[in-house]
Amino acid sequence: MADLLTRSHPLEPYLTALDALPDGLRVTAEPFVALAGLRVDPASGVQLRGAALPTTPNTWVPAGDGRLVWLGPDEWLVTSPGTAPEALEAEVAGVLRPVGGVAVDVSAQRIGLRISGPRARQVLAKGCAIDLHPRVFVPGSSAQTTLGQAGVVLLALDGRDDDAEFAVLVRSSFAGYLATWLLDACLEYADSAPTS
Amino acid sequence: MQLIECPWCGPREEVEFHYGGQAGVPYPEDPAALDDVQWAQYVFFRDNPKGRFEERWSHAAGCRRWFNAVRDTATYRFERVQRPDTTQAGTR
Repeated sequence: MADLLTRSHPLEPYLTALDALPDGLRVTAEPFVALAGLRVDPASGVQLRGAALPTTPNTWVPAGDGRLVWLGPDEWLVTSPGTAPEALEAEVAGVLRPVGGVAVDVSAQRIGLRISGPRARQVLAKGCAIDLHPRVFVPGSSAQTTLGQAGVVLLALDGRDDDAEFAVLVRSSFAGYLATWLLDACLEYADSAPTS
Repeated sequence: MQLIECPWCGPREEVEFHYGGQAGVPYPEDPAALDDVQWAQYVFFRDNPKGRFEERWSHAAGCRRWFNAVRDTATYRFERVQRPDTTQAGTR
């Protein structure tokens, strides 16, 4: 009889260590999320899952149970934690086909991490050159950039000065690297209380 | 590290970018009519100025779009970046 492969989360081996991070930083692995990449003319004015495509670079908007993320002038990413990947692709493709757009299921490409806490900005800034200041990287901002050596999509969820929250979408095969990078970046905070 | 201004994403670190060589090299109008020397000139020969140089760059780790930039090859300073849809050179 064939052995069945069970789906495992790439961050599973790191969860215990990430749970034990010092105060001021919380890193959690998000459950699998369905992702669909889409290309369409930004002038088409298409509505997806109750939201218009964000045309401002480096932004995201909530859409349905997930998000619509700007990836390029004619390229977006749709996320949905509650939809099956095939269903999401079919749904988005159905909306885009009449206006000449395409959608492809890319759920296997990336997994999500959530990084929050008073020290989240400090730690991210160690490996990320974009301006993460609360006045600049406000909630609703996104960025395709590098964190450490890994390419990520960084989303600002909550911009509070003292307790920021970010979602990071990283390629599955780089997730382990990013987890160890984060653990290393947090080493210096092990014995001290957070300052705001 | 030097920051390069992506026309779409804004200033990003230079490691996010990929160099695309000289901008504004036109594809031959009648490629079949070219002899080997002319074809080699088109494929391989590029200007190599000291000073201002119009180049193509791609924001490889970001929006993955191509754009044109004027860079000083002596100082490495970027003087101007331009979306390809606003100039004749380059393709998106």
